[in-house]
Amino acid sequence: MNLKAMDILKKYTMVFALVLVTIFFYWQTGGKILLPQNVNNLISQNAYVFVLSAGMLLCILTGGNIDLAVGSVVCFVGGIGAVMMDKNLNVWFAVAVMIIGGLLVGAWQGFWIAYIKVPPFIATLAGMYAFRGLANVVLQGYAVGIRNETFLKVFGGGENCYVPDFLGGSSLNMTCMVVGIIVVVAYLAMVIVNRIDARSKGYSVTPLFQELVKFVVISAVILWIFYKLANYKGIPAALVWIAVVLLAYAYITTRTTMGRYLYAVGGNEKATRLSGVDPRKVYFFAYVNMGLMAGLAGILVAARQVGAQPTFGQGYEMDAIAACFIGGASAYGGEGNVFGMVIGAVLMGVINMGMSIMGIDANYQKVVKGIVVLVAIIFDVLSNKKKK
Amino acid sequence: MGKILLEMKNITKTFPGVKALDNVNLQVEEGEIHALVGENGAGKSTLMNVLSGIYPYGSYEGDIIYDGEVCEFHKITDSEKKGIVIIHQELALVPQMSIGENMFLGNERGKKNAINWNETYGEADKYLKMVGLSESSRVLIKDIGTGKQQLVEIAKALAKNARLLILDEPTSSLNETDSKALLDLMLEFKKQGMTMIIISHKLNEVVYVADKITVVRDGSTVETIDCHTTEVSEPRIIKGMVGREFTDRFPKRSGVEIGEVNMEVENWTVYHPVYAERKVVDNVNMNVKKGEVVGIYGLMGAGRTELAMSIFGKSYGTGIKGTLKINGKPTVLKNPREAINAKLAYVTEDRKGNGLILSNPIRVNTTLANMKAVCDRGIIDTDKEYQVSVEYKDKLKTKTPSVEQNVGNLSGGNQQKVLLAKWMFTDPDILILDEPTRGIDVGAKYEIYCIINDLVAAGKSVVMISSELPEVIGMSDRIYIMNEGKFVGEMKASEATQENIMACILQSGRGE
Repeated sequence: MNLKAMDILKKYTMVFALVLVTIFFYWQTGGKILLPQNVNNLISQNAYVFVLSAGMLLCILTGGNIDLAVGSVVCFVGGIGAVMMDKNLNVWFAVAVMIIGGLLVGAWQGFWIAYIKVPPFIATLAGMYAFRGLANVVLQGYAVGIRNETFLKVFGGGENCYVPDFLGGSSLNMTCMVVGIIVVVAYLAMVIVNRIDARSKGYSVTPLFQELVKFVVISAVILWIFYKLANYKGIPAALVWIAVVLLAYAYITTRTTMGRYLYAVGGNEKATRLSGVDPRKVYFFAYVNMGLMAGLAGILVAARQVGAQPTFGQGYEMDAIAACFIGGASAYGGEGNVFGMVIGAVLMGVINMGMSIMGIDANYQKVVKGIVVLVAIIFDVLSNKKKK
Repeated sequence: MGKILLEMKNITKTFPGVKALDNVNLQVEEGEIHALVGENGAGKSTLMNVLSGIYPYGSYEGDIIYDGEVCEFHKITDSEKKGIVIIHQELALVPQMSIGENMFLGNERGKKNAINWNETYGEADKYLKMVGLSESSRVLIKDIGTGKQQLVEIAKALAKNARLLILDEPTSSLNETDSKALLDLMLEFKKQGMTMIIISHKLNEVVYVADKITVVRDGSTVETIDCHTTEVSEPRIIKGMVGREFTDRFPKRSGVEIGEVNMEVENWTVYHPVYAERKVVDNVNMNVKKGEVVGIYGLMGAGRTELAMSIFGKSYGTGIKGTLKINGKPTVLKNPREAINAKLAYVTEDRKGNGLILSNPIRVNTTLANMKAVCDRGIIDTDKEYQVSVEYKDKLKTKTPSVEQNVGNLSGGNQQKVLLAKWMFTDPDILILDEPTRGIDVGAKYEIYCIINDLVAAGKSVVMISSELPEVIGMSDRIYIMNEGKFVGEMKASEATQENIMACILQSGRGE
């Protein structure tokens, strides 16, 4: 029993760390950190982290490879979009160009990394300089505002960046609550179907008690978040995008052949090659996908900031990398998952917000963030050592 | 009866959940070569780790009595001070550094912040001479072969004033000639009064050098055989290791009909991928028929693996020339994927490096080379994948609690079975097995041989590359002999003996 409790603790270390950190800030800020507005901001402000981390996770899985250029690409793509909309071009045309721009950047970097074998660190460092420069060229050194209402509404910017309340609650946003309940019911249905399916085929199932605890905890967290959001202005548009991206990537990493190959290449490239899988295609996919996510993040950031300016996205690459590593991705590749990455991203977000509310100097905030990353990795290394 | 140099008394060592050593007793006389044999996981290496202080005093029960006194070793340097030096199976040398630097790594000559290079290289040269190496100690490790690297390890041990030398599988990565040289060196040291413990899987070597043989099974010492008073033979030792009579090391294959030629290789030449002027495989011609096991025997470095990998979708070498015919049709295989589609499978000799993803479960490893069989448009059917991996686990009798177990946690024999399962799942007609039984114990070997027999009984062709002569003779229908990139002989297994195969290799060497 004791051993089992230890195992659970180990598996969900970062979840417990997140809970502890949240309790700490709740105490220090007099509960301010869990006000509806702040829960809402935590999601909207960090939308780019979730999206970029999803792309970064795939790169890291292939062998600890990172993409340093994403911050610059976010700025580059955001800049292109802002300028196009400033010239009154069609909004969907602009969005398409931004997405394709991200993909092309990914293909450019992926080509050098996968086919010419330029080390990812170098190839993307080059990209970091080059695309920052190009972003400046596009923006001609100025901030460009976005006034297109459709764009702002769809991608979660400006004042009205919420899913409209169809059901018309008075103080509570009813749509938000209903969606929260639907999510929980869908989750419950999935768990039940999965259990029945496994039982009928004679596979081992997790003990009912464990499953129940897990379900109750997760459902409670989901309902609590939606309740908080309903108390504010409802579902932020950014949350819709985050949810779509995270669900898609959870699926890609666990259920598709490409997902499997990402882990395989990171685990043993030579064995994967001799199994008839071309590792070059896998690397290329990871970086093209990273470009796509950088493009989407560029869109979300431009919408949130209602414009683009030459200094956008500085350090974003580090936020994404940190989220993945805090979330348990291996720096050597082959290990990591979307759930862990989400916890990592939320943990960083909570620490950022908590310190801001407490009024801690921005410079010290960076120091704390650095220490958190280091501690997370030290813990990971030590717990892995004990296993052996 | 000479003086007892080392006595290990009632040693018990437990790991969480496992008793690795159970009341082990070992006596080593001064000036003898004492062999430890046993199946993988029997506890030989654990015992030596206890002795050398890798598992510190207090983490085990029992006494170590060395040179008449009870010893408490807390770390390796404690035992080294007493002259107990262990040479591990994996070479622990830094390739980019010179022989001399390696030899005194952690034990540098001169003052603490001023290394005396003259003394380093001078001393190093002295020890190199003792092990019969003519290289200068300034040569880099990466520029000498594995055989010589093993000798450097021994010289390094001598530099520590070794009195009791422990060699863990010293010949596992050496070819026959280098192995022989190493064993002779051990006999030479014995004459000079050195005491040695050797752990080895290769029983012929054990019989060749050992004065006494202690058999370890399931964490206990079963018996100690004195080679001077009793007649020792390999079957006699195997009997002790597995606990039963092992009359047939190779299962009989009966009633398998040998059919038409399935794969044919003509004038196959391969050049080295880096040194493009060097021929690694030189004008090889071979064929394999349906239902046939063809053995390729050759010493390490003969070009066997290179030949196999170049056939398997050009996964090795440059400037590959020659014709490959499958079912009589000339075929060009540009990459492993095309080779797999042409019903070819290559089971690598290096299962950890080239074969398996150790950090992934059995299920994932089993399907990796044939994902499309468990997929629908890029989406994995997890049910099917699970069923397939369980099916192969049962078929090959892989010992594991579940197919969700990470392959890295399995023993060598079970890893080999997972690797075989992976390739059998691609449904090949022709399997090239490269050293299929390397580093696995006697019982698992027998099971692998049975799997090979089942494969040919199902009409498949097997090409088995091996550097173990008895295995090649025992398992093959026909044998090709390879030396220095060329095929130097071909014979029926019924006509082959260890002597005429070795003669074949020697003659080809002289002909040059």
